[in-house]
Amino acid sequence: MSLLRGFARFWYDFVIGDDWKIAAAVATVLLAGAVLVAAATLPDRAVAALLGAGLLSAFTLVLAIDVRRR
Amino acid sequence: MDLGVTLGLLVATFTASFVEFVEALTIVLAMGATRSWRSALSGVAAAVAALAAFTLAAGYALTTWLPEALLQLVVGSLLLVFGLQWLRKAILRSSGLLATHDEEAAFASQTAAAAAADSGTRLGLDWFSFVVSFKGVFLEGVEVVFIVITFGLNAGNVPVAAVGAAVAGVAVIALGAAAHRPLARVPENTLKYGVGLMLASFGTFWSVEGLGIVRGGGQSLHWPGGTVAILGLLAAWLLLSRGLVRALPRLRGGRASAPQVPEEASP
Repeated sequence: MSLLRGFARFWYDFVIGDDWKIAAAVATVLLAGAVLVAAATLPDRAVAALLGAGLLSAFTLVLAIDVRRR
Repeated sequence: MDLGVTLGLLVATFTASFVEFVEALTIVLAMGATRSWRSALSGVAAAVAALAAFTLAAGYALTTWLPEALLQLVVGSLLLVFGLQWLRKAILRSSGLLATHDEEAAFASQTAAAAAADSGTRLGLDWFSFVVSFKGVFLEGVEVVFIVITFGLNAGNVPVAAVGAAVAGVAVIALGAAAHRPLARVPENTLKYGVGLMLASFGTFWSVEGLGIVRGGGQSLHWPGGTVAILGLLAAWLLLSRGLVRALPRLRGGRASAPQVPEEASP
């Protein structure tokens, strides 16, 4: 059991790291992107540019929250 | 594949791997110098064998079971999260809000732990030295393997990615053998900043491209300008990070008055 817990802990630390909000922000933006792509209302290039901007903004927001709480 | 992507791939895998190898070297040097070189190097050999098996299994699974767009999405998202973790830490360190990683201090802490540990022998090896070296090399090595596989598969050139990592490994081993001490003069924090920027840029590019999997046909999405968009993303992440380095201390009440938070558990 402790081996399993250690394995899970390793992958959590490896992928999620010190701040889970980063992974959550990336997942949220990409999920919104998936909805946009599935709806097929915008051309590819517009969706890509929007999502790029969304990822930059989400990261800024996460860091601002992180620093304010420190 | 164009020259820019190949060069970016080589630089990214070399730099990321170099940083990880420096950290692994510090652990092995501490174990070898304070306890037993034979046991420490046996730990390294066992870790390298385990890493080879892990690389084969992960590489086979990813290339065999995932269609291209899904591979871009899964691997790109992981790369992006991974890169943003590095970038976050680099930004916090550059803005003075987090203590910088110090290889000399890490070496001192490892040697102190090694000196204090009980001396148990198994299979003719000093077990503490073997296990710590194995864990250190395996854990840092998994990060290298992850970067090589993700960059290599997505760029369609695993050999170039592997060459970048291998050259970094040889360089660190040669420098470590010559110095017989941790490579404290390597600008590790600056390297991590650069790697974070590259991982975030490539990760953004590939994860968004991979979203094409949700539409009929599953064709990858196209960025404006194709692969040249990676340079635009690199510039955007760089500008944003420099802005955050300046702005974040003010959010916290100014750099001078903000106490530094000690370094976090992971490097």
